Amino acid sequence: MRKRVVVTGLGVIAPNGHGIEAFETALKNGESGIRFIPELEELKFGCQVAGVPQGVDDICSRYFTGEQLLAMNSSIKYASISAIDAWKDAGFEVPEDDSEQVDWDTGAIIGTGIGGMDTIGEKIVPLTNAGKTRRLGSTAVEQVMASGVSAKVSGLLGLGNQVTSNSCACSTGTEAILDAMYRIRHGLAERMLAGGAEGASPYIWSGFDAMRVLNRTRNDEPVKASRPMSASAAGFIPGAGAGILMIESLDSALERGARIYAEIMGGAINCGGHRMGGSMTAPNPVGVQRCVQNALTDAGIEGSQVDAINGHLTATFADPYEINNWAKALGRTEQDFPLINATKSLIGHSLGAAGGLESIACVLQVYKGFVHGSVNCEDLHAELLPYSNSIVQKTRETPELKIQAKASFGFGDVNACVLYKKWQA
Amino acid sequence: MTKDEVFKKIVDILGKYSKTEIKMENISMETSILDDLKINSARLVDIVLDFEDVFDIEVDDDDADSVATVGDGVNLIMAKI
Repeated sequence: MRKRVVVTGLGVIAPNGHGIEAFETALKNGESGIRFIPELEELKFGCQVAGVPQGVDDICSRYFTGEQLLAMNSSIKYASISAIDAWKDAGFEVPEDDSEQVDWDTGAIIGTGIGGMDTIGEKIVPLTNAGKTRRLGSTAVEQVMASGVSAKVSGLLGLGNQVTSNSCACSTGTEAILDAMYRIRHGLAERMLAGGAEGASPYIWSGFDAMRVLNRTRNDEPVKASRPMSASAAGFIPGAGAGILMIESLDSALERGARIYAEIMGGAINCGGHRMGGSMTAPNPVGVQRCVQNALTDAGIEGSQVDAINGHLTATFADPYEINNWAKALGRTEQDFPLINATKSLIGHSLGAAGGLESIACVLQVYKGFVHGSVNCEDLHAELLPYSNSIVQKTRETPELKIQAKASFGFGDVNACVLYKKWQA
Repeated sequence: MTKDEVFKKIVDILGKYSKTEIKMENISMETSILDDLKINSARLVDIVLDFEDVFDIEVDDDDADSVATVGDGVNLIMAKI
């Protein structure tokens, strides 16, 4: 028998706020975290705006010792800050650095899409090319190994269950949450810290800029630059940060009297195989629809029961296709389509962290009963006009919201869909 | 530079890498860098790089491998400056 799985802790560092209270306030008030980045102008990027968490040095000085900070690039800082927050939010204390205590029942699946590119670009490549590998010291490997973000967290918190990092481009964070759910369902762990982290670096973003998938038309209007579902959407805005959830067996949560934010009903992960219209960079629509339908089956619900969707919705040409796929997969029409919003309109697209950050938004929405406004789509895309009643542009109180779908789609034609349900004891 | 000055600079360097707060009065020439100061063994290569930068010396791999106590570091540096 599979165990029921719930969310008992949230940790977030986003471009528009650190901590769940600040993040919730920013979502509700439509506060954008997109800013002009002078470095991107100097580097002649087409897109010169991005979503980058603020005040990180100050947060780090409060959270970490000098020794802990020796080997922390931006993605590891974001992952560590949000993992500590989720851990404490779930009711646990951070162990002393020299404690011998290991929590064998808690693990971590924290993914990243691109990884430690800042360390690679600023240290490994220049020092190696100069014949000075010795000068890299001992701190390079742990910052660029793909599992760097989860490895650091296990050391900070003394985690003794599975600790790993997944990577599947822009669906990384959502996949991590589902992989953690499976582990708890099968009784292999009581608790897992799960989500995604992505650093802030021109080296992470330059390849996307070269592909011309970033919006280069709004450098003088940062807060208007991320425009999911808009007729004037012209590419995504790069983002950074981390969103990490404490995922726990219902048995464990009830036993220790933990606050339960939401139940994870189920989900699905698949790949479109780069066929039937899919490619490295475009989704196979059949793959997307199967992923959503498999998630419904796994959760034991019908498409008609989904109250709200937090879309992948990046602000590229794919947004209308995505909504069409949701409609087909859920068996819904333009008239009875669920409420839908795009968190990326406020924070940009943080790649491997997106599914984690947006899942935090979803869990807050079902816990508190609201759907945050999706900004910058006042000029809805023509194909989305029939859905205008469902597209939430200004935050709505929704006490009736019970089931929230979250999906992420990524390069490689990969898909992940998770279903959150309001917890009712 | 006197031996005492070298000793103090080495303790400053080690402070960056220790998981515990280092108090000068508790450190002697016999203090073990890894065991007593709770420094991760991987960080020894960083400590040696700091020795090179702070004292403007070069430390080869064999010399680096010989550093186990604070005194080993002091003696190595005194021999090179």
